[in-house]
Amino acid sequence: MLQELFEILTFQSGYNTNVVLLGAGLLGTAGGVVGVFSLLRKRALISDAISHATLPGITLGFLVALALTGTGKSLPFLMIGSTLSGILGVLLVQWIKDNTRLPEDSAIGTVLSSFFGLGVVLMSYIQTLKSGSQAGLESYLLGSTASMLQSEAEMIATSALVITVLAVLFMKEFGLVCFDPDYAASRGWAVSKIDLLMMALLLAVVVIGLKTVGLILIIALVIIPPVAARFWTDRLGIMVAISAFTGGMSCYLGAALSALTPDLPSGATIVLTATALFTLSLLFAPKRGVVATTLRQFSFRLKITRRRALLSFDKGQPDLSLLASFLLKREGVLNNDLTLTKKGARTVTSMSRDQALWNQYLNDYPEEAFAQNRWSLAMITDILPRDLIKELEMSIDNPQKEIG
Amino acid sequence: MDLPLADFLQIDFPALLVASLAGLCCGLPGNFLVLRRQSLIGDAMSHVVLPGIVVGYLLSGTLDTLPMLLGALGAALISALLIEVIRRLGNVEPGAAMGVVFTSMFALGVLILEQTGASGVHLDVEHALYGNLESTLWFGLNNWSDILSTDGLAQMPGSISRLGGVTLLVLLVIILFFKELKISTFDPAMATSLGFNARYISIGLIIITATSAVAAFDAVGSILVIAMFICPAATARMWTDKLSSQIILSAFFALLSSCLGYLIAAFGPFLLGANYALNAAGMIAVIACLLQAFSMVFAPNHGTLGRFLKQRKALQEPADI
Repeated sequence: MLQELFEILTFQSGYNTNVVLLGAGLLGTAGGVVGVFSLLRKRALISDAISHATLPGITLGFLVALALTGTGKSLPFLMIGSTLSGILGVLLVQWIKDNTRLPEDSAIGTVLSSFFGLGVVLMSYIQTLKSGSQAGLESYLLGSTASMLQSEAEMIATSALVITVLAVLFMKEFGLVCFDPDYAASRGWAVSKIDLLMMALLLAVVVIGLKTVGLILIIALVIIPPVAARFWTDRLGIMVAISAFTGGMSCYLGAALSALTPDLPSGATIVLTATALFTLSLLFAPKRGVVATTLRQFSFRLKITRRRALLSFDKGQPDLSLLASFLLKREGVLNNDLTLTKKGARTVTSMSRDQALWNQYLNDYPEEAFAQNRWSLAMITDILPRDLIKELEMSIDNPQKEIG
Repeated sequence: MDLPLADFLQIDFPALLVASLAGLCCGLPGNFLVLRRQSLIGDAMSHVVLPGIVVGYLLSGTLDTLPMLLGALGAALISALLIEVIRRLGNVEPGAAMGVVFTSMFALGVLILEQTGASGVHLDVEHALYGNLESTLWFGLNNWSDILSTDGLAQMPGSISRLGGVTLLVLLVIILFFKELKISTFDPAMATSLGFNARYISIGLIIITATSAVAAFDAVGSILVIAMFICPAATARMWTDKLSSQIILSAFFALLSSCLGYLIAAFGPFLLGANYALNAAGMIAVIACLLQAFSMVFAPNHGTLGRFLKQRKALQEPADI
């Protein structure tokens, strides 16, 4: 099994599988790149409407192709159909949002369910036809790489490459429109045209991905990699790169896995591979990941506990939690019978002095103190400049009476 | 076309009943989802319950309601938690966090379904998407009076009693907590200042949504669940500004689209002389959306046509200054 997987992954199992893998990998890359912009433009779920809206187009394309050529499964017809109904879906979402009192999410839900419902009705009609070629149509729901023709895989690979290149070329424009459309407009950029291009690329990814991932799960391709990338960085260029890599890897690995298990819809394996990569990001990303956040919160809690315990000694009413006494004993501040050591006495004095200075700072410079997000967390001497501390010390020692 | 009464009662009547009940139990809470701009929670719910239902089925080995319901509720709960974590840590919009979670959960459901061989028994992916409305049969009904006889009631399909129960529950909750739901929907800050926590109410609403989604999901599939959460409420919103009338109207539109959609799907092709039936769940969704489309254009105050006419009239009349 592993041997076989290795052979597939290293492109040693036949030209057809190789093209499918390559196509899937490029598709994932394109989805990752385009997805970043739709995420930043807060349009993640529009792609859900687009993908479901393609179903009636696929079925109508099938029927037209059946009538004209005698066989329904003609890729150009299916693709033109799905593109047209996808466009219609986007336009309808926009129209509902602009012209009625319904918010965008209701518009998306309406378009998604009506188009999908229509597609399902048409599919149930196609099932009754006795042409025999309708069997592959379900594979558009959950994806199937097993039944993919070589020409289809080549087409997917080429289109995905073109989409990726276009999106990378227009990265600067897209980024500006995502972050600050008003500024972009004021600089004389054609915001609506740039928006249209973004939408067109999104639509293109959805349409070419239908066969591989299926229309139910295709939105995972434009949502999961960018969200995963968001955990690693705040910079657009890096985010695009990470997202492209995550998307490409998940499609490549997922398609390889589904080549091993042809019964399984390839959409599910691809999405779950993406989910696995996403989970890694969620857990281990350096700044935003769960592990890093938990560690940070824990060290924060330790700091607060220590400071509070030391200050409670200064007030003469030691208030020690289990954690605090453990910490302070280890530090050599407390004896085993919970009395202060000599070093402990010094630490308590310096801590209470520190707190007094912080309080004075808050008193004298309230706005700066609120803006200082480490107020009373670290030693004041490590944070504020020396002359300011001197000034604070003086105002503690000679409290001035308020004038008036 | 000649339709024996017994056939209608055994095949079409239960399907109509299931469709109507599913429409009601999703359409009623849908009002609040639409007003709170949370419509897509219904969409997400109908996807995330799949792994829960499959796991519930695998663990219990039966198609009983309870294990599946528990599994689905568990899945919904885990998803809600995950969405919150991703949204907070990743600093992304809620929609994107939702997209990550529900596609992953649905993919997981498909994987378990296909890997464990649970598919084909009763559950499969197509079933999850468009339900099996047509296969709800109520044996033992030969004329109308059989419905209320003990023998007839004993043979009532499980999905009807289940959906009926959930619909009653939803109705009860909405009537009992109408004031709380209303205030917390329109002004959460005021709700909190009045002493009831808007957060708990919104969690309660999500639980109700999940329960309705689970109950309806099994009978009519996810596509109809999504349509019914959104379309009847959105349609009703075109006709009125008052919440109570909106809820009543949405119930009306839900029932209308369920019955009309089923009848067209089941009998439309026969009337045209063909010998097959179309997918009922899909057709109901289409009808619900057509009703909404009609309302969006022709509703007197909020329809686009009405607004257009009003504007033109205002332009023609001399302004009184």
